[in-house]
Amino acid sequence: MNELNMLEAINECLHAEMARDDRVVVLGEDVARTGGVFRATDGLFEKFGEDRIFDMPLAEGAIAGASVGLAIAGLVPVAEMQFLGFAYQAMHQIAGQVARLRYRTQSRFDPAITIRAPFGGGVRTPELHSDSLEGQLANVAGLKIVVPATAADAKGLLASAIRDPDPVMFLEPLRGYRGIRDQVPDGEHLVPLGSARTARPGTDVVVIAWSHQVELACRASDRLEKEGLSVRVLDLRSLVPLDLAAIAEAVDACGRVVVTEESPQTGGFGGEVVATVVEESFWSLEAPVIRVSGFDVPYPVGMVEDLYIPDEDRIAAAVRRVLEVA
Amino acid sequence: MTRPSDGQRRQMLVDMVSARTQSQRMWNLQRQGQIGTVAPIDGHEATIVAAAHALDPAHDWVVPQYREPLALRRYGPEVLEQFLLYNIGHPAGGHIPAPIRVLPNQISLATQLPHAVGLAWGMTLQDDPGVVLAFFGDGSSSQGDFYEAGNLAGVLKAPVIFLCVNNQWAISTPVHLQTAAESFAAKAAAFGIPGVKVDGNDVDAVYEAVHGARERARSGLGATLIEAALYRLGAHTTADDPTRYVPAEDLAAARRNDPIAILRSRLEAEGLWDAATQSEVESAALTAVDAAHERARTMPLAPDALLDHCVSEDSPRLARQRLALLAEVEGTR
Ligand SMILES: Cc1ncc(C[n+]2csc(CCOP(=O)(O)OP(=O)(O)O)c2C)c(N)n1
Ligand SMILES: [Mg+2]
Repeated sequence: MNELNMLEAINECLHAEMARDDRVVVLGEDVARTGGVFRATDGLFEKFGEDRIFDMPLAEGAIAGASVGLAIAGLVPVAEMQFLGFAYQAMHQIAGQVARLRYRTQSRFDPAITIRAPFGGGVRTPELHSDSLEGQLANVAGLKIVVPATAADAKGLLASAIRDPDPVMFLEPLRGYRGIRDQVPDGEHLVPLGSARTARPGTDVVVIAWSHQVELACRASDRLEKEGLSVRVLDLRSLVPLDLAAIAEAVDACGRVVVTEESPQTGGFGGEVVATVVEESFWSLEAPVIRVSGFDVPYPVGMVEDLYIPDEDRIAAAVRRVLEVA
Repeated sequence: MTRPSDGQRRQMLVDMVSARTQSQRMWNLQRQGQIGTVAPIDGHEATIVAAAHALDPAHDWVVPQYREPLALRRYGPEVLEQFLLYNIGHPAGGHIPAPIRVLPNQISLATQLPHAVGLAWGMTLQDDPGVVLAFFGDGSSSQGDFYEAGNLAGVLKAPVIFLCVNNQWAISTPVHLQTAAESFAAKAAAFGIPGVKVDGNDVDAVYEAVHGARERARSGLGATLIEAALYRLGAHTTADDPTRYVPAEDLAAARRNDPIAILRSRLEAEGLWDAATQSEVESAALTAVDAAHERARTMPLAPDALLDHCVSEDSPRLARQRLALLAEVEGTR
């Protein structure tokens, strides 16, 4: 075990996966010679050289599209979008091509493509650097959507994503890069895709969250514990595939549910979670499910972003509200 | 050969010195945590200022990337004021008031280029005599939007000028990793429009190229691609450490070609500039940027401003979100 922040955990995983499998190649803007704008790919160029990691011309569409070709050629591309908001420039490739390669070739080719991207707010970035697009991406059949909340999971899930035969959008919380630190297992560490994690045990209410919202939900849970409330936090870890059994188990145990996410409410993945809860566990529910989310506007500018992001106060308030129903 | 007049050249140096002075002040404000990310202007002044001076602000639109606003004094003091408001992270910073023909900064690279073509096209459809000048970087030229916009402009003969600010870097990526073409200007061939490469440190050269492209556009002959070659003398932004990748000797050579030093020494030799003028211009520029910062800092901000201007009218759901936000803000006071 080693205490690492999320960035260090991701970097360690990339080093290990490139060493393990020489088909793994890394491509993106500024990833090679400077090691990425956040240093996630630091040291890879020095260690693996210019045939394994590539500073790409500034075109996300070509990064995603070339990844399809690299995969057809038998390589295992790990592409970086410098920020998830710039995946819009690549959506015709990601949604229209990467996601469909297996389907349209009827599995002749394995689209073993991982696309990493930081996202989420809280660090006063310019426009389009913070937007949460996981709900939009989850609506694209064929993509797996992985959203780690801890450094250990970032390492274990990224390794699984790279080894997975299907395309994975691996979404890294910007605020977690340096803000989240925890004990990370040394050496080989794999966390399977599609398995949720209980981040806090509890029996009164379950807060279902992913990515940086897990951290905030845990803080709310810790605070509410002092008020005598037992609030479980379920960290989904991947949205697609979704751990249906873990959701049902948590809802059955608690009976009251809050779902929290950073994206706008309308069409957000939270709605999918609520629908799943209602379909799978309707008779266990003791109160209507409450959603906490961003507002139905684009991710806003710096002076008002703290009002936008659901924080632990909003999550705690939702927990109290879901407990008001007798 | 259309050279700017002495008066214009002097005014250009005023704008260039002001831009650099203000950019350096903003860098410091960012370092003190008072404003957001800053992309320094150092090295880009001659190109942006000379281009602006070759345009007619009453008729011609400027479509910026994100580095240009400080050098667009010619388009009015509101450009600086709104830029500070934008930089401090106030939602109103995106609103450049009419009738100023400058679009807000574009962060999503190259997306502004199809906008520029559409704007130019729309102007011709309405017999508006203006032209559109769009700035974009060497890095942005790799985006599909650039090729799509260039192609469309060629087909439409749209009155648009694509001004590629080739500062040799896109964050840490050097131009030789960006393109294998002999120049960015050479890409014009694919669009069927003229392409010219000029020394971006020379106001006369940039002015002449933009002036010529503007005449051409106004006479119905269509678009031009101009590449202004210069060197980014500062960091990419306040979030960047260029010492990791910019070769020190290249930077030192570029500093010997500083566009402000070049124009200043020319104008001094011609008796159009002196040390007193320099310090007057610098202190006026500081006063203006500090006033703009103060205005931004004290600009009122409604608690629910983040919900405004997304759509023209709140949906039932957004109306509820607004009530919830206001109740929450009220409750915490
Ligand atoms: C579509 C998109 N992809 C990535 C980025 C991140 N990014 C911001 S600036 C930049 C480099 C831009 O280089 P260039 O166009 O040459 O402009 P310069 O900064 O040199 O003026 C990058 C990659 C972005 N803003 N937009
Ligand atoms: Mg550049």
